[in-house]
Amino acid sequence: MRKVSRLSRFNVASLALGLAFLYLPILILVIYSFNASRLVTVWGGWSLRWYHEFFNDRAMIEAAWMSFRVAVSSATIATLLGTLAAVALSRGERFRGRTLFSGMLYAPLVMPEVITGLSLLLLFVALNAERGFWTVTIAHTTLTMCFVAVVVQSRLGSLDRSLEEAAMDLGCDPVRAFLSVTLPLIAPAIVAGWMLAFTLSLDDLVIASFTTGPGSATLPIRIYSEVRLGVKPEINAICTLVIALIAVVIVIASLASKLSSSQGESAAPL
Amino acid sequence: MTDELPRTGAAADAAGGDALPAAGQPLLRIEGVAKTFGTFRAVDGVSLDIKAGEFLALLGPSGCGKTTLLRMLAGFEAPDEGRILLGDKDIAQALPHERPINMMFQNYALFPHLSVRDNIAFGLKRAGMARADIAARVAEMVALVKLEGLEKRRPDQLSGGQRQRVALARALARRPQLLLLDEPLAALDKKLRENTQGELMELQRRLGMTFIVVTHDQEEAMTMASRIGVMNAGRLAQVASPRELYEAPRSRWIAEFVGDVNVFDGETRLRDGHRLVIGTRDAGTLVVAEPREPVGAGKFSIAIRPEKIKLSRRAPVSEVGRETTINIIDGVIADICYLGGTTTYKVKLDTGGIVRASVANSARLDVDAYSVGQQIVAWFTPDDCVVLPS
Repeated sequence: MRKVSRLSRFNVASLALGLAFLYLPILILVIYSFNASRLVTVWGGWSLRWYHEFFNDRAMIEAAWMSFRVAVSSATIATLLGTLAAVALSRGERFRGRTLFSGMLYAPLVMPEVITGLSLLLLFVALNAERGFWTVTIAHTTLTMCFVAVVVQSRLGSLDRSLEEAAMDLGCDPVRAFLSVTLPLIAPAIVAGWMLAFTLSLDDLVIASFTTGPGSATLPIRIYSEVRLGVKPEINAICTLVIALIAVVIVIASLASKLSSSQGESAAPL
Repeated sequence: MTDELPRTGAAADAAGGDALPAAGQPLLRIEGVAKTFGTFRAVDGVSLDIKAGEFLALLGPSGCGKTTLLRMLAGFEAPDEGRILLGDKDIAQALPHERPINMMFQNYALFPHLSVRDNIAFGLKRAGMARADIAARVAEMVALVKLEGLEKRRPDQLSGGQRQRVALARALARRPQLLLLDEPLAALDKKLRENTQGELMELQRRLGMTFIVVTHDQEEAMTMASRIGVMNAGRLAQVASPRELYEAPRSRWIAEFVGDVNVFDGETRLRDGHRLVIGTRDAGTLVVAEPREPVGAGKFSIAIRPEKIKLSRRAPVSEVGRETTINIIDGVIADICYLGGTTTYKVKLDTGGIVRASVANSARLDVDAYSVGQQIVAWFTPDDCVVLPS
């Protein structure tokens, strides 16, 4: 496979069009974030003015910090629960209600976010829970846990069961066998799952706006409410930073998944 | 059937091991073990004694329960019925890590995140061995399977044959009382497989260990094992030495499963001393030697291995009723299959039946070879026939 097949002119054109369709808006946003002009649509030369503005905007920084904390904690909890669920589903093959359990686990994948958000809001109101950091974290955990479970389960599915049996044969009890053989082998998938959960939480607007309370807006909520009053060039700067962060996370996640596949037979899909 | 055939049990292996239990006492005793998956009875009441120091092969078609039986010995499946006695202890319900038994997996199951050295040391660390002892044992194992210089490699940097050696070393490192091998050579190519067979036998003899190998390859079982247990549909059909299994199969199914065979169905006509005269539809009247356990009158199957059938242009001298009685059938060569070392001729009998005869190609320039359509005589002695219940 040394020789890469040459693309025909048609392929090049369609590829360029497709990529332009996907990334041109983002590229324009990134360029305009360095705009010196106060008007969003008029180019006034290069400047870091709006980045400066953002870093002096208390409310915006607080929202970003809130989003970051929610993303880290919900991703961590979701990874823990999602991994346990994946292990239960792919290793505990014979327990009763397995199909029901896996169906219920994966339901949030296809559930409209509005419904998830609304039902969680009703739950928190019924429980009389004070809405803020923890309610958003819990809501994001329910959203992202299934994604982690999918990634980890596919890795576990491709992992040869006889590896665990070999560990047991060589003197490990089942828990020990899991910790010393299975866990190191699925670790890349767990990392990838965490990253996925982190980015999903970071850019979620719908569920967060249902479950958050006054004074604890996440970054997407804050941006959304600012934009309704008119787009400030500062928003472009914030979005560029978010894009950069997510890009880094996605690159790390796909590297982890690639590492995972080079150690085993097949990759976790990402 | 001749008398010099070793009989089951009589040729008890004298191979000595350190952990040998009292003389005559089996190392492992399987008693009426059964396992059901859903409604499928994978293993259906198997009883078998395994002697210390023997090399036993479990042979059978896929789905016959041989792997399930092996997995029950390793502890990955718990039998629904029966006992597995190791010494005096019933280990049927013990977990894998509680048994002094190790297994070599079919796909080797090497830990991909560990080096060769760490793979071999894995079980030793779990056993709580001292660091220096582990290093010494690993070095010993590496030398035993001739993997010197590869200690730091990962499994994916090894060839198939090398992986197989690592798997073997890892399973042997804990010095188990019993080593289970699940299709140990199935993933190797033919030449490597033949060499490795020899090495496994040599290793087993040198270590005086007890090996149980599961295989679907009868040649492999015949080559390596001192005893073969043939399994069919969850049951042990016959446990015997390779020679007895081939020359004195206990049923038609075994005769057809192990090697190639011609089978004629017939009925006893006459008993003449220790000869039986049996009338068959396809091969006319045959004179056969009476089996070891005398049989009454009735329907039988006569099994003859293709290499026991001789072909010639003219019939040999034969006198009915004498010791020199020979079964002679006339036919025409219908098909020739040249296999290198041997040639298999398909002979169409005048009665319509087909007989396969395998002839060794003992000379390079075969002036005597028969051609298709040639009239021929196929003959065999009464001792070459095995009488089997229909």
